[in-house]
Amino acid sequence: MSWKAIDRNQPVIEKDAAPVLSEAVREKIRSFFPRYETKRAVLLPALHIVQNTLGYISWQAMAEIAEILEIHPADVMNTTSFYTHFWTHPKGEKVVTVCRSISCEAMGGAKMLDTIKKELGIDEHGTTKDGRYSLVTEECLAGCDHAPCLLINEKMHKCVKAEDIPTLLADVDNNKLSMPRSDLFDPPSEKQAASATMQDSVVGTTSDVSEMREAE
Amino acid sequence: MAAFEPVLLRNRGVEGSTTLKVYESRGGYQAVRKALKQTPDEIVAEVKKANLRGRGGAGFPAGVKWGFLPKDRKKTLLCVNGDESEPPTFCNRVLMEHDPHQLIEGTIIAAYAVQAQTVYIYLRGEFHEQFHIVQKAVDQAYAAGYLGKKIFGSDFSIEMYLHRGAGAYVCGEETGLIESLEGKRGWPRIKPPFPAIEGAFRLPTVVNNVETLSCVPHIIERGADWFTGIGPAHSAGPKLFCISGPVKRPGCYEGAMDITVRELIEREDMGGGMIDGKHVKAVFPGGCSMGILSADELDMKLDFDDPRNFGLLGLGTAAAVVIPHDMDMRVVLRNMARFYGTESCGQCTQCREGTAWMHKIATRIAADAGRPEDLDVLLETARNMGMMPGLSICGLPDGATFPIETTVKKFRSELEEYILAQPKGRAEYLLRVLN
Repeated sequence: MSWKAIDRNQPVIEKDAAPVLSEAVREKIRSFFPRYETKRAVLLPALHIVQNTLGYISWQAMAEIAEILEIHPADVMNTTSFYTHFWTHPKGEKVVTVCRSISCEAMGGAKMLDTIKKELGIDEHGTTKDGRYSLVTEECLAGCDHAPCLLINEKMHKCVKAEDIPTLLADVDNNKLSMPRSDLFDPPSEKQAASATMQDSVVGTTSDVSEMREAE
Repeated sequence: MAAFEPVLLRNRGVEGSTTLKVYESRGGYQAVRKALKQTPDEIVAEVKKANLRGRGGAGFPAGVKWGFLPKDRKKTLLCVNGDESEPPTFCNRVLMEHDPHQLIEGTIIAAYAVQAQTVYIYLRGEFHEQFHIVQKAVDQAYAAGYLGKKIFGSDFSIEMYLHRGAGAYVCGEETGLIESLEGKRGWPRIKPPFPAIEGAFRLPTVVNNVETLSCVPHIIERGADWFTGIGPAHSAGPKLFCISGPVKRPGCYEGAMDITVRELIEREDMGGGMIDGKHVKAVFPGGCSMGILSADELDMKLDFDDPRNFGLLGLGTAAAVVIPHDMDMRVVLRNMARFYGTESCGQCTQCREGTAWMHKIATRIAADAGRPEDLDVLLETARNMGMMPGLSICGLPDGATFPIETTVKKFRSELEEYILAQPKGRAEYLLRVLN
């Protein structure tokens, strides 16, 4: 069973709890303000950054995001709950997202999903006991030419056969991308964190282009 | 027929095609230089003349859309719709993966044509690898001075930002996308006002699909006459076709809109025929929202008009998935119903309740617990939702109606056979468990 009972007697947000978002994270969220006409529009980028930093978006984090964006916490919760990628409770270290659209289903996606469930011992939306994997399904990953496909964190695995699942899940590098990453929505790096404490503004958090300049 | 020379996919397979250097070495960023020497109105007129119809599904002419913008506007926004979520469509993914600079160039030209100084590229949340590729390409364009202040020595400045969604099909609808961009739920807005008048942040906004914008540099470079010379007059220009399912060469192929579904499946340079001696039972020819074709309707032309003659909603995204002869149509029905049941945004009652009930009914039919009248209930539900009868805000429920309705109508005898073959009493028992 993937459901866990919640103690409703505990307050959702502890009074006088220490903030969960560091100054560097807040600064990174604020660095998105010039991009949009309103502060509220930074909500989706902020949720991505917070989820990538904390692993999920807690009630406390939602309240703190609301404070940064100057909107009501209910607005943050309203938006967070609409999008399926945002987790409001802790997830595993790696999230396996299995596609179940019509192309994948025609190419044996259901069998692939069943094998993963059996291999991990969890159902959809469940997390393994050791916290390594969470399992979710998604309607279409736009990888229909490589059906059946699945995502492990950011990495897409194509044409997955049911018999290859145990090897795939045992591979520690199964979430490593082969391309250069952009750190736009990543947790702030140490350099950015240091500059935030020095009250310098963190501008233009785009990935570096130095390698391109060097190449020229 | 002469072999079709790929235009949109010309850089696919070239090593380093995502880098600025390789793109420029193959003639990239010449069209934008040419465009910046013309007036914005001239570009709009050229795109109008080319009759570039939107590739996202609706087929609305892009030039006409740009022409709707109010003349006295102060600030304009351009949104690139990269929220490709329609199963089984992946042409935008291929474009972004292999040629992000082509998209950026087309976007700059479009932004100049509508005088938008801020561009948002909305990428669906599932596009992780594609996000990194496109972001890298944008960074390279900034570093080269192709984006930012006074690009290419002209007076035009442009800022381009990537905005990532987080898993919602409805955000591919243009007003849903705008709401999502504003940091809200992706709930489509009532139109009018159309986004061209009042869009994101209440500013005039243009929303164009990735593939549409990728066509723009080629129209500017080679002229509208070249574009209209490809394919039939009402469906001009190169188009990407996706083919998936049990075919030999699933993938994304480029061609003129004069091919049939059968050619897409069987041509050696496209689908290449079926694998393992399977044969075609049915095809969703244009993304699943457009409806289904039975095996004897494969001569449908893949253009913007012909699908209507076969009871389909339209061309959609021209992404076909083949259903093989050994696949149970109940499973297809359940898959379709589940997709829309999950992805309905829940704003309009007819769609929220209708898609949920269609999912329930399709699930029980697939679980051997169908009732003979269920097929009629499905058709009745399908008739009572959607934008066409005026019962909902966006086109999602129309997209939900067509696959269900066409599957039930075209494969009714097979579905009825399954229902009649169910063990007696099982339906009554399972109905209690399932509902």
